[in-house]
Amino acid sequence: MLKSPFGMTRRGLLVAGTALSLALGGVTGAVAQTPPGVLIVGQIAEPKALDPAAVTAVNDFRILMNVYDGLVRYKDGTLEVEPALATGWEISDDGTEYTFTLREGVKFHDGSDFDADAVVFNFERMLNEDHPYYDTGPFPLAFFFSAVETVEAVDPLTVKFTLNAPYAPFLSNLAYPTGLIVSPAAVEQHGAEFGRNPSGTGPFTFAEWRSNEAVVVEANPDYWDGAPELEAVVFRPITDANTRTAEMLAGGIDLMVEVPPVSLSEFQDDRFTVHEQAGPHVWFLILNAKEGPFADKRVRQAANYAVNKAAIVNDVLEGTAEVAAGPTPPAFAWAYNDALEPYPYDPEKAKELIAEAGAEGAELTFYVTEGGSGMLDPVAMGTAIQADLEAVGFDVSIETYEWNTFLGEVNPGLEGKADMAEMAWMTNDPDTLPYLALRTEAWPESGGFNSGYYSNEEVDALLEQARVSTDQEERAGLYKQMQEIVQEDAPWVFVANWKQNAVTSDRVENFSLQPSFFLLLGDVAKN
Amino acid sequence: MTGYILKRLLSAIPVLLGITVIVFLIMALIPGDPATAILGSYATPENVERLNRDLGLDKPLVQQYFIWLGNMLQGDFGTSFSLNRPVLDEVLERFNATLILAGTAFVLCAVLGIAAGVVSAANQYGWADKAITFAVLLGISIPSFFLGMMMILLFSVNLRWFPVSGMWPIYGDRNISALLSHLTLPAIALAVVATGVIARLSRSAMLEVLRQDYIRTARAKGVHERGVIWRHALRAALVSIIPVLGIQAGFVLSGAVYIEIVFQWPGVGRMLVDAILTRDILLVQGGVVFVAACYVLFNIVVDVAQTLLDPRIKT
Repeated sequence: MLKSPFGMTRRGLLVAGTALSLALGGVTGAVAQTPPGVLIVGQIAEPKALDPAAVTAVNDFRILMNVYDGLVRYKDGTLEVEPALATGWEISDDGTEYTFTLREGVKFHDGSDFDADAVVFNFERMLNEDHPYYDTGPFPLAFFFSAVETVEAVDPLTVKFTLNAPYAPFLSNLAYPTGLIVSPAAVEQHGAEFGRNPSGTGPFTFAEWRSNEAVVVEANPDYWDGAPELEAVVFRPITDANTRTAEMLAGGIDLMVEVPPVSLSEFQDDRFTVHEQAGPHVWFLILNAKEGPFADKRVRQAANYAVNKAAIVNDVLEGTAEVAAGPTPPAFAWAYNDALEPYPYDPEKAKELIAEAGAEGAELTFYVTEGGSGMLDPVAMGTAIQADLEAVGFDVSIETYEWNTFLGEVNPGLEGKADMAEMAWMTNDPDTLPYLALRTEAWPESGGFNSGYYSNEEVDALLEQARVSTDQEERAGLYKQMQEIVQEDAPWVFVANWKQNAVTSDRVENFSLQPSFFLLLGDVAKN
Repeated sequence: MTGYILKRLLSAIPVLLGITVIVFLIMALIPGDPATAILGSYATPENVERLNRDLGLDKPLVQQYFIWLGNMLQGDFGTSFSLNRPVLDEVLERFNATLILAGTAFVLCAVLGIAAGVVSAANQYGWADKAITFAVLLGISIPSFFLGMMMILLFSVNLRWFPVSGMWPIYGDRNISALLSHLTLPAIALAVVATGVIARLSRSAMLEVLRQDYIRTARAKGVHERGVIWRHALRAALVSIIPVLGIQAGFVLSGAVYIEIVFQWPGVGRMLVDAILTRDILLVQGGVVFVAACYVLFNIVVDVAQTLLDPRIKT
């Protein structure tokens, strides 16, 4: 005889099954639609803090840009500076004095007044070790303003910055999140906890931070630039890209950033809109110009001809990037040299150059990272590049490192270790990357990021000149000249400019991505 | 018994001290420092040095270790620099979430695993045994993170029965039904492998016991079959099942790392992974020490439970 040890009859089983499915049915009511007027954003990680002076990650900037304003900001759809909390400014002829006129009647979310003293407080807090609230740091990006010697409140609505030398990127650094203005009263009240109790002047006021769940911000009806359409925005940290995709498909979030290339096909129907925007990003290979085969310019150029950039961009990255032509991303429209054409994919030309240089069969060590900020799909890209270089006769061996380890290997310089390494940068000014990574003065031993030891006096001179000029057109001309020389010298293999992407549901309106990669939600609506 | 428990607790102290040394050394030895992780592209040697000084990481290693240990003994685990809040607050909050998930999964796998093993053994080579053995093999063979993703696709994206991720609804009340709807999928995904293992071992432990003479005697004197299996046989089999439960509890706890990432459960496993990637030294150290202490304690509880069931084991 067959006996069930549970002593359960078939009818009992049926009853239990029905009860279970009813219980599950009851539970399903919890999966509700997100409410109208409330935008739920799928972020890639938990923010570190909501203090703009203390954070460095784009993920945190996405929230901050909606809670705070800077003295200046980027014009919609560009990387050009326009007035924000300052209504205008004057620059002295020698380029060392910037005098800003401030917007009248603006209040911080905590009710205190925005004025010249508030601006002074913000920069003193970051830059002056003796400031009473310097200990609310550390402020890792304070060096953006290291040229600032003094900040003075001339009168309540005028503030004057004095620089120790002319420094042209100053204005665009003010438009960067590090330059956002926080409420001094809130810093005084919360001290080191300010990062969890933020107060700014932006279109949304901070409401709530539930650790590892959500940051909630609500509309600021008194916003000086017009109250936002949305009632509230909820930023949810969802670190796993597959889970983020599933949440978007299931309707748990309305806006998803950083969609993995392989998931884009999931969103090709009417319920979703895919947004794309090229930004100030460049993905390249640093070549060791000091020793080994890449000390010869012809071999460096050969590598640029040998790599099939179009295939990487279209096949590996599924069209989420464009082929890079030179060291400056096209998103810096005003400073970008349109005349530059990317190195064409030409393995025959590469072989000729290699033969000319006598570098046939050279052995190359190639540093690849597993992932990291702006690195896209570094392992797959590295493998494709390895195959392309082997096809023209190099013998390439890859060494793979975790991101922080990788930076620890690459930043001190490639000498004695490797011939090439992957790298990517996102910057806010056309000055930053070449100044930090292409000048002779920026070799690793001098504290820069020129890990491949590129050196060209002409480039050095152009970059120094562009940094002190306050005339935008003159600067543009200098950067364009620099790009031409650098492309010809080929210290890097120029590979890709990333297009940031995002997906919105059909309930979201008026959303667009910015070339700055910031997420601006002031005009967005949701039904 | 009290003496035995005391002895076990005392022996845990060197284990825990050893853990603090190991985790401290590992964090000190892995390449890449927090300042580099925070600064990313802007990590010039100069900036790194300044930030390390601000973070208090410029002191000699031995001194750093004793400062950390001394503070910890006074209940101060330090402040996480990636989250900007006290390590202990974060760890306790996260551990609470992990306990809910791992605890539910553990109860599920213990109850279902033992029940399946007993049913299997009682019907050796019958249809129930075959069906259970097949299901168990399937369960053991599927990696839990993969199962989790497939469950999300089916039950959340397509059927919309359960939410995709998180522990609480973003909007709405935080009541038990909201928690259950978020908990169901991850708990099941986490329990499946351990259920299989426990079922396999319970089955063989039961078969062993069912062959004993006193079981034949019990049957011969007319004890109801249900009584024989659940009261006489299972109690004896539990002595060999309980240590396995202890080990499986460890697996469930460590398996929670993957499940927490797939389901975005705000638990301690996901916290540790994030903390390692950002080189948040104090958070990693504090988290590991805390979890290790819990695991050591749990093992003591299991050992004590075992001696209660079978006093011979104590010596």
